[in-house]
Amino acid sequence: MVPLSWYLILSAILFSLGVFGFLLKRNIITIFMSIELMLNAVNLSFVAFANYWNTHPARLADGTAIIPLSGHVFVFFVMVVAAAEAAVGLAIIISIFRTRETLNVDQVNLLKL
Amino acid sequence: MDTKTFILVAVIKIALVVFIMLTGVAYTTWLERKLVGRIQNRWGPTRVGPFGLLQPLADGIKFILKEDLLPDYVHKGLFILAPMLALVMSLISIAVIPFGETITIAGHTTALQISGITHAGGGITDINIGLLIILGVTSIGVYGVALAGWSSNSKYSLLGSLRASAQMISYELALGLSLVGILLLSGTLSLREIVFSQSGNWVLGGHDTHVPHWFIFPQIVGFFIYLLAAYAETNRIPFDMPEAETELVAGYHTEYSSMKFAMFFMAEYVNMFTVACLATLLFFGGWHGPHLGFLPPLAQSLLPVVYFAAKVFFFIFLYIWIRGTLPRFRYDQLMAFGWKFLLPLAIANIIVTSLIVAWRG
Amino acid sequence: MVHQVLFIIFGLICVAGAVNLLVQRHPINSALSLVVVMASLALIYLLLGAEFLAAIQVIVYAGAIMVLFVFVIMLLNAGAEERTRGSHIALFVGVPGVVVLAGTVAWLLIHSGSRLGGVTISSSNFGETHAIARLLFQNFLLPFEVTSVLILIAIMGAVVLGKREG
Repeated sequence: MVPLSWYLILSAILFSLGVFGFLLKRNIITIFMSIELMLNAVNLSFVAFANYWNTHPARLADGTAIIPLSGHVFVFFVMVVAAAEAAVGLAIIISIFRTRETLNVDQVNLLKL
Repeated sequence: MDTKTFILVAVIKIALVVFIMLTGVAYTTWLERKLVGRIQNRWGPTRVGPFGLLQPLADGIKFILKEDLLPDYVHKGLFILAPMLALVMSLISIAVIPFGETITIAGHTTALQISGITHAGGGITDINIGLLIILGVTSIGVYGVALAGWSSNSKYSLLGSLRASAQMISYELALGLSLVGILLLSGTLSLREIVFSQSGNWVLGGHDTHVPHWFIFPQIVGFFIYLLAAYAETNRIPFDMPEAETELVAGYHTEYSSMKFAMFFMAEYVNMFTVACLATLLFFGGWHGPHLGFLPPLAQSLLPVVYFAAKVFFFIFLYIWIRGTLPRFRYDQLMAFGWKFLLPLAIANIIVTSLIVAWRG
Repeated sequence: MVHQVLFIIFGLICVAGAVNLLVQRHPINSALSLVVVMASLALIYLLLGAEFLAAIQVIVYAGAIMVLFVFVIMLLNAGAEERTRGSHIALFVGVPGVVVLAGTVAWLLIHSGSRLGGVTISSSNFGETHAIARLLFQNFLLPFEVTSVLILIAIMGAVVLGKREG
């Protein structure tokens, strides 16, 4: 029996590593990958809580029951949105690379080329 | 059964299946050279052993003894990782494929499947998501191809691997969608359950047609889409533009030699086997066949395996036959075919199948 | 017991992959470490009984989104080794900051751990595909349709943005 707090701690560690990478790296693609790492950490929290609500059923304040599997459904939606965001974000990165010839965010700091 | 027996039985099953699979791969290369030779009105290998049957052994010895080149300018870690990734991912799919029902040796009953577990009551559980595992492992196999070309640090390899991986991920869509028709008819993702739902005969309007309840009959369009998408996934003719000798030298495995090249080669043939096994399980009733009651019990539990092997052999023969007969697509024809023809056809197949399933109740 | 050992092994692989993502200088190595993180997260989902999500994580995240990343890195081929100039201050403030953030959250969770209870590998059919499909097409039908429109818009946007001029 693994305590729920261990899963949440793992999720917190992965999230903070993602934040660290997002703020400190200079390559635009690595920054984007840190965002994906943060999304994965949050997915882990959702799935852990879905399992928790399955073994400890509870109700909200107004009486509606908490559906345990809604955690899984939410992770499904997060994955779909992450896929859409990755596609559009990488297309933007490709078009920035075509005009500015660099992937370093420090050098993409003027609207003028 | 207790833990020690379970682990022992599992290890024996894994060793046996991998050994049979790799020997099958070796002799599929012999079969291919013989059949393509006969289609082209020549003999094929005849000198090494009777009918050239020791040719795979000679090829194996050649691969082991050849010099294993590691060019200076490659990214060494990825160069060595890529063929291993391709081979390991193809072998993992074998773990969820059921070859038969159960077999009882010395009082222990075990399922004829690496991932099948027998309960104390005699029932067999399979992984609930067997089909999704095979699709997932196919998706990871794309990395082997992509990293092979990139780490070789050469223009031919990079172009060949980009084309091959773009081809593989485009046809993965049509492959997955063509299997949705099967899921609608059987209602489960577990491969053993899908085969069980194909037992018996089709019943039309109350009386029994003597046609087996195989899913090929309602899903003929799905079968056609699956076969074409699978040929593109395994990079075989007519879709083998990325590794054709007359194009891009040899595509993504230009810089590879000896054992690493042999690993790519084996990965391609193991993928062919997986596709053939999946086609028999999903469309041709798996191990179902005429029941022969006069055999002893051990032979009776191995008879389904014989039926399964015969059907898989038919699909391998079909692969080799098409290789010897058809020319290859050009790359833009290939991509247009996958996106503009197969994908809408697969979606139309899903719509029609779901309407019929909903109408029948 | 087995559950705890498995969780610790896969959790360590996750954290090692995430640290490797930050430490590596070439983006292709970072991308491959992220694939390792996603694969071990899929195994942790299996430990939590989410079998369908584990398969979807491998197929969609590790097998499609990360392939897209690897493609872009291979195509652009300009993500060579970067040299951070002058941001060493960020390193000296950032690393302790992250440790403090994660440490605070961890301390809070361990402190209230007894009230949260535990997670077991349940043998019930939790996380089965049928149940998730039922929820998705009954309770959550509107978000499902909206996300399909979202994907359509993303496809059109990616095609338009990726075109070459002229």
